[in-house]
Amino acid sequence: MSDEKKLAIIATKGSLDWAYPPFILASTAAALGYETEIFFTFYGLQLLKKDLDLEVTPLGNPGMPMPMGMDKWFPVMGLALPGMQGMMTSMMKKKMASKGVADLAELRELCQEAEVRLIACQMTVDLFEMNTSEFIDGIEYAGAARFFEFAGTSDICLYI
Amino acid sequence: MADFDQELDASGLNCPLPILRAKKTLNGMESGKVLHIIATDPGSVKDFEAFANQTGNELMESKEVGGKFEFLIKKA
Repeated sequence: MSDEKKLAIIATKGSLDWAYPPFILASTAAALGYETEIFFTFYGLQLLKKDLDLEVTPLGNPGMPMPMGMDKWFPVMGLALPGMQGMMTSMMKKKMASKGVADLAELRELCQEAEVRLIACQMTVDLFEMNTSEFIDGIEYAGAARFFEFAGTSDICLYI
Repeated sequence: MADFDQELDASGLNCPLPILRAKKTLNGMESGKVLHIIATDPGSVKDFEAFANQTGNELMESKEVGGKFEFLIKKA
């Protein structure tokens, strides 16, 4: 048994904004010496795709800060207009790049370099008939019991 | 500022990149060697303090110079 601290994360969301917390926390924990695992399930599996084509949506998200006071002149229905999601996504990406926020793929690579273990939920892969050739290399496919094997001995366990 | 052996310019990078780059650079250094880090992320002040506390690498100096944050970390 090592005396290393352990962090277990369950990543369940597949949008651009929610893709950050698991990778930021996992890479930082690894840098601090934590043994770290992320279990990707349901929409979280999008974060394992080679081509990270993630979007952010203002819909159903009243807390999202909108550029140029857009929330003032667009009622909720306006946010559902075609093209709105694409526009918000490109604005969010630009903002992140201008503020020096890490690129998602880079952050994921840093996680893998730091030996963060990435586990894809086999059940979800089967459920959505996902093509595993679209996923990055170096990931493990397993189920809930495999997650608990590690999470049960972890010091911190997060559901994101 | 005291002497250092290696330098890392993390200017313009945001959390957690300064810490990740610093950790990576320290990995390639020998014990006792000193890394000088320059960052512009205001959060890095508390973060490098916490990094040092948790990893055992010593934060020898932390200061602000002309709007930039500079750190000296000695590898454990």
